[in-house]
Amino acid sequence: MTNNGNQAIIALEHVVKRFPSGRTWFTALKDINLTLGRGEFAGLVGPSGSGKTTLLNLIGSLDSPSEGRVDVLGREVGKMNARESATMRKKHLGFIFQTYNLIPVYTVYENVEFPLLLLKEKADKRRKAVLEALEWLGIESKAKSKPTQLSGGECQRVAIARAMVKKPEIVLADEPTANLDAENSHHILQTMEQLNRELGTTFLFATHDEKVIKYLKRKIRLFDGKVASDEIIQS
Amino acid sequence: MITIKLAYRNLIGAGLRTWLNVIVLSFSFVMIIWMKGMLDGWDRQARIDSIEWETGGGQYWHENYDPYDPFTFEDSHAPLTPEQENLWQEGKLVPVLITRGTIYPEGRMQNIVIKGIDVNQNLLSIPTARLDTSVYGIPAVIGSAMAQNSQLKEGDRLVVRWRDANGTFDADEMVITGIFHTTVPSIDAGQIWIPLKDLQRMTLLENEATLLVRDNTEDPMPRFSGWNFMEKNELLKDIETIIKSKTAGTSVFYMILMLLALLVIFDTQVLSVFRRQKEIGTYVAMGMTRKEVVALFTVEGGMHAVLAIVVGAIYGIPLFIQQSAQGISFGLSGQDFGITMAETLYPLYSMELIISTIFIIVIATTFVSFIPARKISGMNPTEAIKGKIQ
Repeated sequence: MTNNGNQAIIALEHVVKRFPSGRTWFTALKDINLTLGRGEFAGLVGPSGSGKTTLLNLIGSLDSPSEGRVDVLGREVGKMNARESATMRKKHLGFIFQTYNLIPVYTVYENVEFPLLLLKEKADKRRKAVLEALEWLGIESKAKSKPTQLSGGECQRVAIARAMVKKPEIVLADEPTANLDAENSHHILQTMEQLNRELGTTFLFATHDEKVIKYLKRKIRLFDGKVASDEIIQS
Repeated sequence: MITIKLAYRNLIGAGLRTWLNVIVLSFSFVMIIWMKGMLDGWDRQARIDSIEWETGGGQYWHENYDPYDPFTFEDSHAPLTPEQENLWQEGKLVPVLITRGTIYPEGRMQNIVIKGIDVNQNLLSIPTARLDTSVYGIPAVIGSAMAQNSQLKEGDRLVVRWRDANGTFDADEMVITGIFHTTVPSIDAGQIWIPLKDLQRMTLLENEATLLVRDNTEDPMPRFSGWNFMEKNELLKDIETIIKSKTAGTSVFYMILMLLALLVIFDTQVLSVFRRQKEIGTYVAMGMTRKEVVALFTVEGGMHAVLAIVVGAIYGIPLFIQQSAQGISFGLSGQDFGITMAETLYPLYSMELIISTIFIIVIATTFVSFIPARKISGMNPTEAIKGKIQ
């Protein structure tokens, strides 16, 4: 099922993920079947330990399933080699983390520019794209600041700008508001909603934050490694 | 290219931490070049001085002559052939006659080596013109070390005793007509230089010599029967041996310096790999492979050496230029240790020395950076993103 009836760009079939735990194995995901279409603004919601981040990592090709199949943008994650999955992340995926994960020695500008450097974009094109991203997020004045000089909200804005600067097809956000106060959370979510609307980027959140859940257009509730419900919110 | 760009950005961004490492590394780098330059300069000076004062372009030794065994002196002489005499007249050879003797300066007895040399020669730097004087007694020049040891000064008179070709003892009075200063102790300590003709007359060895010094040219020279030709490099072997042993000693010192500097880089890299796990995970999430991240960290480490070269050049080049021009005076002479070493050393900083040192440091730094960076290839990126120590 996709929310908007668009072509599926993420598809999971009977996905199982196990991790070694001492002498036994812990099953984090159990028989997950899921499809997401282009331009969705969806969230994996559920309590801690329900498998949200594990599922996000599989979709982000940072990990591979123990069983089943994960297809992202028509490519099967489990069959890609390291270079292929790195190329997929570099070109098509954007990540936003709970703890921002900005490079501490870089300025805001350099952090946002980083994905474009990896894509070997030309300097003038990079500059234009970075300035545009900083403008979307309203942090142009912080371009020369280092992450240590920014507030949590500003850091997360930089992280979003970094994820969005290359205009990826999918943005994966893991607890993006967990370290932010209510006001900053709303600003961030409004910005992401706007980017989703204007650029058609697919957003997939992993969250248990009610502030985020309010904004989602699709709530995929996970519980104990299984999809407990999949609800489309009619606006 | 992108790896180099990112590594440079990371290093510059790290600020003080980078510059502290770079300064330590640049210090080692400059010290190694300085010490090696000093040894190379000493080597060059010692070779030039030895050629000018003692060896010339090589020597013909009488077949029985052994400079390390004074008892061979009595049997190691032969008349000069007409060909040798011609070459002498042309200034291409200088004959030297050597015998043992005893002097009695101020009543003390001292065994010496008496060397007779042509007063008109100008192939060696020994001031033999000072022997071309009319004094009552045998004119003699000595080196400053000999003068100091024997407490002799210019104008002093002393008794000298020697044995002639028949083994008969004879004695005469000698006058010190000159004292020369040389950095080559092997022509100074325990030696007295007198006119060749006088020594030939004293020892009843008319027209004979113990060795012949040839000019310092590449002109072909004949071989003489009964004389062994000693190549210039063969005669300079002792200097090279001393300098090699010094080089080995200083190599230990700069190995320690290098190890200290490399330890700093290694330490930084180990810390980086542990402390920057979240960053490593982020690089992977953004589309770098783990191999690329290993390469980035390795280049970062290696780039410390490149920055160290730049920083080292800023203070090293003026220092090297100043020292090459003015030399370094230690206030000691090699004479004090019996080795050929000038009081002022002029270091020699060759391109070969600088390039080889740069090469060694860059390779060594990159290698010690790679060792801890290898650990990244075994990291789980999903754990690294969270900053969990692995």
